[in-house]
Amino acid sequence: MTTRIAFSTAKPHLVVVGNGMVGHHFVEQIIAQGGHENFQITVFGEEPHLAYDRVHLSEYFTGKGAAELAMTDGTLYDDNGVRYFTNSLVTEIDRSEKTLRLQNGETLAYDKLVLATGSYPFVPPIPGHKRENTFVYRTLEDLDAIRDCAKKVTRGTVVGGGLLGLEAANALKNLGLETSVVEFAPRLMPVQLDEKGGSVLKEMIEGLDVKVYTDTATQEIVDGEAAFHRMNFADGTHLETDLILFSAGIRPQDALAKQSGLEMGERGGITINNHCQTSDKDIYSIGECALWNNRIYGLVAPGYTMAKAAAGHLLGDESLAFTGADMSTKLKLLGCDVGSVGDAHAQSQGCKVFVYQDELSQSYRKMVVSEDGKKLLGAVLVGDNSYYDTLLQYYLNAIDLPESASSLILPVTDGAPAALGVDALPATASICSCHNVSKQDISDAVCNGALSVGDVKGVTKAATGCGGCAALLKKVVDNELLALGVEVSTDICEHFPYTRQDLYNLVKVEGIKTFADLIAQHGKGHGCEICKPAVGSILASVWNEYVLKKEHISLQDTNDRFLANMQKDGTYSIVPRIPGGEITADKLIVLGQVAKEYNLYTKITGGQRIDLFGATLNQLPDIWGKLVAAGFETGQAYGKSLRTVKSCVGSTWCRYGVNDSMTMAIDLENRYKGLRSPHKIKFAVSGCTRECAEAQSKDIGVIATEGGWNLYVCGNGGMKPRHGDLFATDLDDETLVKYIDRVLMFYTKTADRLQRTSVWMDGLEGGLEYLKSVVIDDKLGICNELEAQMQLVTDTFQCEWKSTLKDQEALKNFRQFVNYEGSDDNVVFVEERDQVRPATEAEKQQLIMKVG
Amino acid sequence: MQWKLVCKQSDLVVGAGVAAMVNGEQVALFYVPESEEKVFAIANWDPIGKANVLSRGLVGHLQDQWVVASPLYKQHFDLSSGQCLEDDLKIPAWAAKLEGDEVFLRC
Ligand code: SRM
Ligand SMILES: Cc1cc2nc3c(=O)[nH]c(=O)nc-3n(C[C@H](O)[C@H](O)[C@H](O)COP(=O)(O)OP(=O)(O)OC[C@H]3O[C@@H](n4cnc5c(N)ncnc54)[C@H](O)[C@@H]3O)c2cc1C
Ligand code: SF4
Ligand code: FES
Repeated sequence: MTTRIAFSTAKPHLVVVGNGMVGHHFVEQIIAQGGHENFQITVFGEEPHLAYDRVHLSEYFTGKGAAELAMTDGTLYDDNGVRYFTNSLVTEIDRSEKTLRLQNGETLAYDKLVLATGSYPFVPPIPGHKRENTFVYRTLEDLDAIRDCAKKVTRGTVVGGGLLGLEAANALKNLGLETSVVEFAPRLMPVQLDEKGGSVLKEMIEGLDVKVYTDTATQEIVDGEAAFHRMNFADGTHLETDLILFSAGIRPQDALAKQSGLEMGERGGITINNHCQTSDKDIYSIGECALWNNRIYGLVAPGYTMAKAAAGHLLGDESLAFTGADMSTKLKLLGCDVGSVGDAHAQSQGCKVFVYQDELSQSYRKMVVSEDGKKLLGAVLVGDNSYYDTLLQYYLNAIDLPESASSLILPVTDGAPAALGVDALPATASICSCHNVSKQDISDAVCNGALSVGDVKGVTKAATGCGGCAALLKKVVDNELLALGVEVSTDICEHFPYTRQDLYNLVKVEGIKTFADLIAQHGKGHGCEICKPAVGSILASVWNEYVLKKEHISLQDTNDRFLANMQKDGTYSIVPRIPGGEITADKLIVLGQVAKEYNLYTKITGGQRIDLFGATLNQLPDIWGKLVAAGFETGQAYGKSLRTVKSCVGSTWCRYGVNDSMTMAIDLENRYKGLRSPHKIKFAVSGCTRECAEAQSKDIGVIATEGGWNLYVCGNGGMKPRHGDLFATDLDDETLVKYIDRVLMFYTKTADRLQRTSVWMDGLEGGLEYLKSVVIDDKLGICNELEAQMQLVTDTFQCEWKSTLKDQEALKNFRQFVNYEGSDDNVVFVEERDQVRPATEAEKQQLIMKVG
Repeated sequence: MQWKLVCKQSDLVVGAGVAAMVNGEQVALFYVPESEEKVFAIANWDPIGKANVLSRGLVGHLQDQWVVASPLYKQHFDLSSGQCLEDDLKIPAWAAKLEGDEVFLRC
């Protein structure tokens, strides 16, 4: 340990240089293992942000903000006494003095040092590579710069057709650029794919309007004629483009190691042993800057394992060594599935290869097996990754292949051997490689009371990294629960042994029209406040009958039963529909007159309409009589149904608008206003990308583009805000409506009760991609049915207040008392800011005293 | 205590509640044809939400008990006894009966 007596009373000083994903994980590990008690810890990071999720960096373009990508807001550090400095580049290490120097000139002493400096993008030294409008793809600042440039130009080119290059190409395409990819090697993803796999991928990507140039070397970049740049290629051809993004590989950020004389690899990287120690035993190195066994690992999972090993070693636990990592990957690139396992290039001695190829559906799959045919050594998948999990488990756990091994990559037909059941996996099988979680870890978590996927995620962190293991995790958790004999009840309540989705199907398939029939045939007892409104809503979604019909009335929650929202004092609020927030002066005047006549409190809602509060039960029909006469319809603010379609003024008035968001919003509101759904639904339509209507925070968000409409789905505000996901781009009006019909009906059909669209989608196995495959590709073959069902709902729309006003029986519901004309004397108002509000308890007592 | 005529059967709503005024007190009447009692009467005052709203709650049948869920914060009240299932709290309850098409309360 240190010999400097002056410090002997203080804790030894542990300094972490680099606050990327791995540096941060190291701090987490040290804290988890109690190391902050033994060390004073200080972290330096060059970037302006604390560590963020670089793996999901591209989501910065599709709605995630820096805060959402952040891996910590600093609380973890503050709570555990870790000091941290952003914007702080460490420039020198003096190993003999054991000090560091920062760019700002300060120096400080360390006892133990961890280098987690990551890597930087390699930019090939092509003449012209430093021109304006050239970028790399690594940090939030890089993405900001790319986005700014993309707004002004039309064409973008990525140099490099590897994994990151294709991800970057996807981002450029989503930014609306005509996109090309230029790859030096003869095929795309040369590291992960073989020749055939690369060429199938190329075809698929070209089918998506991305131009791909393989086997192409750029000689120089000069001024373009039609565009900003011209790239001159070695074969004499050229490409004109406005924006160039280099993604030609990464290089370890090892400047500090070089400067301080640590041992390094021939081609860079800081040499480490199994405990992640460098050639100086007080200095560790982890993550993408570290070279283990002459290898750099460009993925986050191996970095995490290194972080754990280094933290363990520092605290005296040598069992957590780093002994290499598997580099198998599965990805979705520009919407195409790509997977690579183990020895994808079939370089093992004596290995044999099976290949399956289908040019029509553009799929390619290859298995590399050992000479005796017993073990899987590697695999390549292009076009369909559903085979990946099983292949990976055979590979990682060296499980003996079945007799007909080739069936593992053949299309699944009846009678073919089923995929490897999770039962067959050994306890040591790695389920989540990002967080190094084994089947045993999951089993332990379940035994200790984590009884859902969500709980297991919380305890083990499985599936919280790249997310690629989520489907497998669910299978393992379900399997473990089953083994424990835990029955995971999904029954809606004690009266029906079914989920909401089951009940929906029963109602639809058997043509059931009343609660009484449903419970008689499929339930028991007499129902409760859980199943009654749920069934009421299902009956309304399927048959769309008047909700106050005699046989439905007792199913309705109070707000639906009285077609208004109950307030704290038992009075109601009234919210007429104001589609898109557009309202005439005449209608505004009517609202004002009605509010005045009945002394109602008036407020503009958060949903761009007007709410009138403080109406008593018996006033509701009178008030609605006046509103309906003036042309208003019910706003269904009380129902689990469409609330509002918020809109901006759009191209009609706004100088930036590129399309008529107002008309679209009104049309959408009128189309979906009658739909009863598992939870409320909100829409918004913005006239351009400035997004004044906040469409990305809605269940359905629509944003006008030069080419039509971009559709976002499954966002919400509320308790747990979530941005919508980009679902489809540049849609024409008709396709937009078609997709919304399908998404909403599929949601109505399959969601749980009171589940908003975001939670519903996150719960679908396969999430957004699955939803796209159902809605866009019609994977389940149900799109026609979904559209027809929506059309029925639209065609049978009735304004519930209009119907009620004509129905003497229904109107009887709105009597305050069945045997007395008076009013509820507990409803007492006082004035505030020139309007009424319910009196507080204290005020009521005073008022009653005065009267008395 | 005597049986007092409150209203007609046609004033009730099948499977749900209505409010009545009896001796200056607000009463919630529930018409539940499937039950032995047919009609229940409890106070309309929700002591938790502090408003006269129980007649507007949803009727349920939980583990052999007929209950109403308050429309404000969803606590359950037993329709025969007025006992709150979530809290140590009891609200007034009255015997009620249906004779012919007339509804009576004992109070
Ligand atoms: C009136 C209004 C507040 C206002 O004064 O502006 C309002 C009032 C109520 N909201 Fe809201 N919300 C109102 C806009 C919003 C918004 C903003 C928006 O729509 O842009 C949100 C967040 C956006 C979102 O939902 O994604 C919002 C998120 C909620 C939530 C939380 C939902 C969630 O998923 O977390 C609830 C609770 C629920 O639905 O379970 C809720 C529930 C309610 C209820 C129904 C609570 C209740 O049962 O009493 C309130 C009664 C409405 C009434 O009495 O008329 N309200 N509420 C707004 C009516 C909008 C309209 O015109 O229909
Ligand atoms: C777009 C993109 C997509 C990716 N997708 C995946 C994926 O799907 N799966 C996967 O496994 N991996 C993926 N990766 C790779 C993954 O992000 C990296 O493996 C991981 O971030 C490495 O973490 P690190 O901490 O080693 O390095 P970094 O995250 O690069 O962090 C190093 C940090 O150290 C700082 N630093 C460097 N030198 C100094 C210094 N001298 N002083 C102070 N600070 C310094 C740097 O500024 C940086 O913030 C992706 C990467 C990108 C860019
Ligand atoms: S979203 Fe665009 S069109 Fe709509 S108001 Fe804002 S700037 Fe104008
Ligand atoms: S494998 Fe990446 S999150 Fe599990």
